[in-house]
Amino acid sequence: MKKSGKTSDHSISFYLNSELITLEEVGANDTLLNLLRVECRLSGTKEGCAEGDCGACTVLIGKVKAGCLEYNAVNSCICLLPSLQASHVVTIEFLQKVDGKLHPVQQAMIDYNGSQCGFCTPGIVMAVYAHWLKSSEMGAHNIEKMLQGNLCRCTGYGPIINAVKSIKDYGYVENDYLVRNLENMKSNLLALTEKKVKLGSKMQDQFIRPYSLNNFADLLKQNSEATIVAGATDVGLWITKDLRRLTPLIFIDHLEEIQQIEENENTIELGAGVTYTRLETTLCNHYPKLNSYLSRIAGEQIRNVGTVGGNIANGSPIGDLAPLFIALGARLFLRKGKKSRKIDLEKFFIEYGVQDIAKTELIEKIVLLKNPALQLFPYKVSKRRDEDISTIAAVFSFELSEGILRNVRLAFGGMAGIPKRASTAEAVLEGRVFDKNIVKLARLALEEDFDPISDMRASSGYRMTVAKNLLSKCYLEFNGRVSNEREMFSA
Amino acid sequence: MKGRCLVLKVVSRVKTNKKAKDTFNYNRNSTHESAHKHVTGSARYVDDLAMPEGTLHAYLGLANCAHGLITSLDLDSIRGVLGVKDVFTANAIPGVNDISPTGSMDEPILADKKVLFWGQPIFVVVAETRDIARQAARLGKVTYEKLPAIVDIKSALEGKQGLVTPPMKLQKGDIQKALRRSPHRLKGAMEIGGQDHFYLEGQIAVALPGEDEDIEILASTQHPSEVQHMVSSALQIPSNSVKVRVRRMGGAFGGKETQSNQFAVIAALAARRNGVPVKLRLDRDDDMICTGKRHDFLAKYDVGFDINGRIMGLDVELSARCGFSADLSGPVTDRALFHIDNCYFLPSARLTSKPLFTNTVSNTAFRGFGGPQGMMVAERIIQEIAFALELDPLQVRKVNLYDNKEKSVTPYHQVVKDSIAERIINELENKSDYIKRRKKIIHQNGNNEFIKRGIALTPVKFGISFTATWYNQAGALVHIYKDGSIYLNHGGTEMGQGLNTKVATIVASEFGLTNNSVKISSTDTSKVPNTSATAASAGADLNGMAALNATQIIKGKLLNFAQSHFKIGRKNISFGGGYVFLGEKRIRFEELIVAAYKNRIQLSATGFYKTPTIHWDRDKGVGHPFYYFSYGAAVSEVSVDVFTGEYKVERVDILHDVGNSLNPEIDLGQIEGGFIQGMGWLTTEHLVWNTEGKLMTHAPSTYKIPLVSDRPRIFNISLASWSKNKSRTIKRSKAVGEPPFMLAISVHEALDMAVSSCAEKKYRPSLNSPATPEQVLRSIQNIKG
Repeated sequence: MKKSGKTSDHSISFYLNSELITLEEVGANDTLLNLLRVECRLSGTKEGCAEGDCGACTVLIGKVKAGCLEYNAVNSCICLLPSLQASHVVTIEFLQKVDGKLHPVQQAMIDYNGSQCGFCTPGIVMAVYAHWLKSSEMGAHNIEKMLQGNLCRCTGYGPIINAVKSIKDYGYVENDYLVRNLENMKSNLLALTEKKVKLGSKMQDQFIRPYSLNNFADLLKQNSEATIVAGATDVGLWITKDLRRLTPLIFIDHLEEIQQIEENENTIELGAGVTYTRLETTLCNHYPKLNSYLSRIAGEQIRNVGTVGGNIANGSPIGDLAPLFIALGARLFLRKGKKSRKIDLEKFFIEYGVQDIAKTELIEKIVLLKNPALQLFPYKVSKRRDEDISTIAAVFSFELSEGILRNVRLAFGGMAGIPKRASTAEAVLEGRVFDKNIVKLARLALEEDFDPISDMRASSGYRMTVAKNLLSKCYLEFNGRVSNEREMFSA
Repeated sequence: MKGRCLVLKVVSRVKTNKKAKDTFNYNRNSTHESAHKHVTGSARYVDDLAMPEGTLHAYLGLANCAHGLITSLDLDSIRGVLGVKDVFTANAIPGVNDISPTGSMDEPILADKKVLFWGQPIFVVVAETRDIARQAARLGKVTYEKLPAIVDIKSALEGKQGLVTPPMKLQKGDIQKALRRSPHRLKGAMEIGGQDHFYLEGQIAVALPGEDEDIEILASTQHPSEVQHMVSSALQIPSNSVKVRVRRMGGAFGGKETQSNQFAVIAALAARRNGVPVKLRLDRDDDMICTGKRHDFLAKYDVGFDINGRIMGLDVELSARCGFSADLSGPVTDRALFHIDNCYFLPSARLTSKPLFTNTVSNTAFRGFGGPQGMMVAERIIQEIAFALELDPLQVRKVNLYDNKEKSVTPYHQVVKDSIAERIINELENKSDYIKRRKKIIHQNGNNEFIKRGIALTPVKFGISFTATWYNQAGALVHIYKDGSIYLNHGGTEMGQGLNTKVATIVASEFGLTNNSVKISSTDTSKVPNTSATAASAGADLNGMAALNATQIIKGKLLNFAQSHFKIGRKNISFGGGYVFLGEKRIRFEELIVAAYKNRIQLSATGFYKTPTIHWDRDKGVGHPFYYFSYGAAVSEVSVDVFTGEYKVERVDILHDVGNSLNPEIDLGQIEGGFIQGMGWLTTEHLVWNTEGKLMTHAPSTYKIPLVSDRPRIFNISLASWSKNKSRTIKRSKAVGEPPFMLAISVHEALDMAVSSCAEKKYRPSLNSPATPEQVLRSIQNIKG
């Protein structure tokens, strides 16, 4: 890729630390990590896994959204360059000041022996920095969450935790350079925001950046072979692991029209481009129980860019949002050109790898029904508690009218080739009193609903047993006999 | 100049010994020498170094068949790719196509004719960029005549492929008689899983060709001398043409002891063929597929014991999946046998190993080196004895401890004279409130059907020294320049464990200087030759002593010089605080150095060390393989969700012995890091191969090492500050790298207790490892019958 000072319809412009960079001839499949390490010789950012799972490559990316400049921790290994238009990329090299003074996070990490081999350290410093910019809360839960996306193989994490807890002794966020320069950088970035479509100049490796939702729908219609990419948390791996060269790639991370969350009297409308992070804030207001479910999906870096639309569109049988949305009776709004249609989410998934969507069709939004009477029981079971793909995800919802179960939905991920409702078991429960005996029957009915596979996550038998046990657990929780909080372990 | 040196300030009288000791106490609190560089991203790893213009990148073509004869190999389409400069196979190796570290000649650099595991490198692509090389490597077409593949331990035991290396047998007393005479006896088996190292920095090497046949390697390796040897043998050039340098590694844990040889050798071959520097860096997935791991084991045991749980006889057979070659499987399975006793006296024992051939990647060194698997078996047996007798397992542990008196002979006939396990256990038991907590847990478990808790206290005794006795040697090189700055080089490598910091402390303290005065340089085969791998926890023991030796040689010369030059008795000369004290006067250290230089005193020395007293006769199973033992103990408390088998480690208390610590903060870091890594091994780190022999867990998305939230929120670690090494080690310290790893066995035993409380005591829980949620739930189902 060529650097130049001139912007054009083909170029991508962004700030890298203190410098404005304009890249000509950007490949759609080029990653930020390669740009940093190979082209810019900024070798502080490390490659640990090249799939967004270890956090060694964490950088901050600042973007203006809804008029505010916000910095988030992002995995640079699966961050594609065309998504950087009008962004501010901050790497570990930016933190130490010219006078040699270290950033509070850095100094705390030294003083508390937070590094051993040091390879994960820059990524950890950046992940902590990103959190610190947003919140000074450094309780055990915050720390566990801010570092969900960072692996360290040496320290056992204790020294890092101690360092994070003590950052307050080292400096105030008000004095941070990024904070002080926020308005200035915001206007710099706004000046770079595009007003028309950007097209990459590499024909075999082309990106398209539409300027609006309408434009996106039109361009997709014209490019039926295009791949849509928002956060690149899945598509990124097709590139770094499968070594696919996707062309053209349509980048939609900047389209604010599809990033809206609209709360109406009876519905919550989620734009397809809403990230996990924003989804979590909204949904947990309505259903506090979802806290322990949504906060266990991936790590911060992924949640900051991964989108609800992406999680649905890739049709994964183990995506965690589909079972949740199905349990919440979600509807999907699809669009082809100017034509829109809606469909129940559960019908969107046809079979493994097949969804009810045309190549030229896009997901515009997901609409959830608000229902204060709804009882919701979300479960995510995985080998490791955090940042792990579910062995099985199960979200149960129902209403109770005079002790009778109504509108029962038992939605599962990881039990079939698609996210799927347990219709036989639901039928057993529907219209009945929620008691021990009916749970027993529903457990048995699950065997008719599912024939799960064995894979590296778990055996078929385990999945089936756990699916049944989760029904029992739900029953007991409903009766207040166990609680699903982590705290139940720590009581 | 000399005159100026002698303008000395008069200071008050100070006790000399105290001064030197204070410097050590000051220096040993230093943070990691690279900490500042780590947090700023300026610490350079091999991939971070600026490469000369024209550098090419190599990538590997890996087998996608676990066992087969290569019937055709079509690499033409690779050669046609724009940017590809070279493609080569085993034929292109001028020297020996072998990198077996123990000379077993069973480990080709590149598979030739026959493929022995899924992921074995077959060919090499060299291209202008890594991306091009990696993409092009996928275009190679290989066909195989498939042969039956032995993938797991059970089929290896049934099959005829046999062993990769001779087994070992340790015998003590008449085992048959002892078992027959025991009032109680039980038999059992346990599966113990393997583990991927998951060093954050993957395997990488750079080869830089020089004049004549010279080649310089920059690698991420724990064993630069072995890389040097392998490159020289593959390129058919003498070792003096090969130089290997290692500044630091981004983690290793044993995974870069022998496993880095292959990539360094391939980079060297590519550099030689193309006459330009070549870099080879593996992708994470390929790294996990084609490098060896911790051995998984199947242990079968038969134990006799009395009514108090005292073991009378123990018969164990340890079968290990070694993979397609010997690599270090001999010493690994040996060390497993050496640790089946853990802290416990076995009056009679027969311990045998079966290092099995399998068509999987060749398993290798990993922190503990077989010790953890052996010790896990010991603790499982204790747990089962306690279950059978309905005793607190801690009671059974206590009655079996070595006592440094009558009960002190190990199954390998070394006498244990330094056991402090009893004191450590007792102190930890009190400190952690074990008895009260256990009672409370048993009570709670009776009242709670859905969350079951468990608690366990397990001790560790770990033998320190390479069992290959000749490995227990080290060299060092120390220079003092005219400005008083010190340049230090030793044979150990830095992988994050703080070795360089500790060795610098030793050198600096001798001269009464701070660590800052000592430049820590890359490990370099041209500075210190014939080094041993930085392994077996012995890095500081060996290299610290060698560096001390070099330092003391220079110091001796300086003292002699000062004595005659300043006409002062030797007893009145001491070093401290950057000064040299000459009776009641003092001069700055660098002033002494300038004076010494001008008087033509040699300011450079090499040092050497070999561990005394150790010997080992493997064939007879008799000897004194370990210089001393490191001890420790941990109490872990867990809670288990009986619906899903998920669990949480709630609290851990550790008391660990590092002798007189060389650096308490670094040692605490090793203890915590080792513990958490051990916990990962026994819980969530689950390696899965499919029936065809393909590894299915080859990325962090599927292979789960502990995260910050897996760490217990209550975690108390203390050093047994009263402990001093009885053996004459450096500053009477003890090795710390591996022993704490095994403290995590307490987590497994706590899970075992939680599981066993899910049903009436009818069946033993016999929880296998790793205790994934699925494994835990299966055990719960099993004991419910």
